[in-house]
Amino acid sequence: MTAPELTPWDTVQIARHAQRPHTLDYVRGLIEDFVELRGDRRFGDDAAMIAGVGRFAGQTVAILGHQKGSNTKENLKHNFGSPHPEGFRKALRLMQHAAKFGFPLLCFIDTSGASPNLASEERGQAEAIAENLLVMADLPIPIVATVIGEGGSGGALAIGIADRLLMLEYAVYSVASPEASATILWRDGAQAPEAAAAMRITAKDLAEFGIIDEVIPEPEGGAHLDPVAAIAQVRMALQKHLHAIAVHSVSVLLEQRYNKYRRIGVVHERQATLFASRS
Amino acid sequence: MKEFLRRTPRYFTSPKQADQQIPDDLWKKCAGCGELTYTKQWLDNAKVCPKCGHHERMAAAEWIELLVDKGSWQEQDADLQPADPLNFVSPRNNYAEKVATLQEQGLNESSVSGIAQIEEQPLALCVSEFGFMGGSMGSVMGEKIARAAERAADEGMALVTINASGGARMQEGILSLMQMAKTSVALARLGDVRQPHISILIDPCLGGVTASYASSADIIVAEPGAVVGFAGRRVIEQTIRQKLPPEFQTAEFLLEHGMIDMVTPRAELRGVVAKFLRLYRRSPARA
Repeated sequence: MTAPELTPWDTVQIARHAQRPHTLDYVRGLIEDFVELRGDRRFGDDAAMIAGVGRFAGQTVAILGHQKGSNTKENLKHNFGSPHPEGFRKALRLMQHAAKFGFPLLCFIDTSGASPNLASEERGQAEAIAENLLVMADLPIPIVATVIGEGGSGGALAIGIADRLLMLEYAVYSVASPEASATILWRDGAQAPEAAAAMRITAKDLAEFGIIDEVIPEPEGGAHLDPVAAIAQVRMALQKHLHAIAVHSVSVLLEQRYNKYRRIGVVHERQATLFASRS
Repeated sequence: MKEFLRRTPRYFTSPKQADQQIPDDLWKKCAGCGELTYTKQWLDNAKVCPKCGHHERMAAAEWIELLVDKGSWQEQDADLQPADPLNFVSPRNNYAEKVATLQEQGLNESSVSGIAQIEEQPLALCVSEFGFMGGSMGSVMGEKIARAAERAADEGMALVTINASGGARMQEGILSLMQMAKTSVALARLGDVRQPHISILIDPCLGGVTASYASSADIIVAEPGAVVGFAGRRVIEQTIRQKLPPEFQTAEFLLEHGMIDMVTPRAELRGVVAKFLRLYRRSPARA
């Protein structure tokens, strides 16, 4: 299906396409009786993060997702899918809510990253993300996360520790957006296309690194050309993976989740050195 | 007042001229206030300016020497070396070359891990080495933190981390982002056995380290004046096109906004950590 000449930067453009289905499109297409739950009970309600409950595959599930807009007006409302701390804390509230009632958690990742600004820092952006990571590590419910568009940085990971991590064919997932990566590496945001290639951010790359569990195929040319078909593909994948992990007890689930993340990373280890201590 | 407004001060010897008449190493010019301090006095003061209190950055080895009981330090996982999983090529310098250059200078990686004692209390200790690629978190740092947390959990002792980092190691791409997840799952396990993680934030601590294990600690202590945050000042100023106040993202700013437990001068740090280790010590029978 993939045109072989597609560069990583081309893929970024598809992942960011305004008409690409966003979290609320998946919610409408997949979830019956969806009810949005709002607010972090601490500061406010962040429209960049969607939270709610509904029915999927015959059971009640909790849903979290970054929400991008399809036009300028929507993007302003949802802050381009970039949450403030209250967005991550709303997500945290929903995670704990889901754990309390035993609802499996479905996460939809679609953000270029957490919102960088004065207000975010004052309210503890780093702490909000860090806390979610710690809580998701131990959350006693099945979690399936899907990168539906752009997965960027800690803002993506903050709803992204999961038992199964899925990724759409033309989605990207990176430690920082290609623009930010180029700025950090070469002090030149204009080199984003080069950064996109060097950083290995496509679904194929992440599958090779063993970080994602499945690449969900998209309609020819991308999900924006046939959202209904794309959402149907996501439905099949979610059903399959939820079903597969539902058989595990909580302790097995958490053990497997631990091992999944504990092994990520590539290091060399010299075996010969026995005495490495300094003083 | 008029004296201050005068363009060229009269009867004034330029401090620059005074500088040139003394050996380089005898006096230390403070990066904070510009005042000169007798170098030995400055070193005895753990690189803190006695005049303005500016805390100069220290290498990992200096931190270890400052904090732990003499002779108690045993480095762990020193064998872990960075790989180049992305085959990262850059027009300036490739990752593998950069690592080789730094290692020739005697720096091993961006984190030094070990076990030690502070006032005879055992602990696992991980210290950032900011001089190695800005203390950035790649697979090695993630692995060292995770192993240190597991070691602390297994042996029933606290984990103390001293954190200075520019953020994720870009050259390891998504693998570096996933170290935020890896350290978090390991620290969740440490929490399960109710051993504390004490995070000490030193200048500067930003990005992926602040947004993962360094901020999810049970106790967070910061050094005076340390810059701590998620997005760096330059990124924010570029994004919102607004000048930020000078105290923004300092340890004092974080304390005021409820993000950390205390701001502790370097001279008091060993005593503060020792106190926590005593207060949170669990007898093996209960652990």
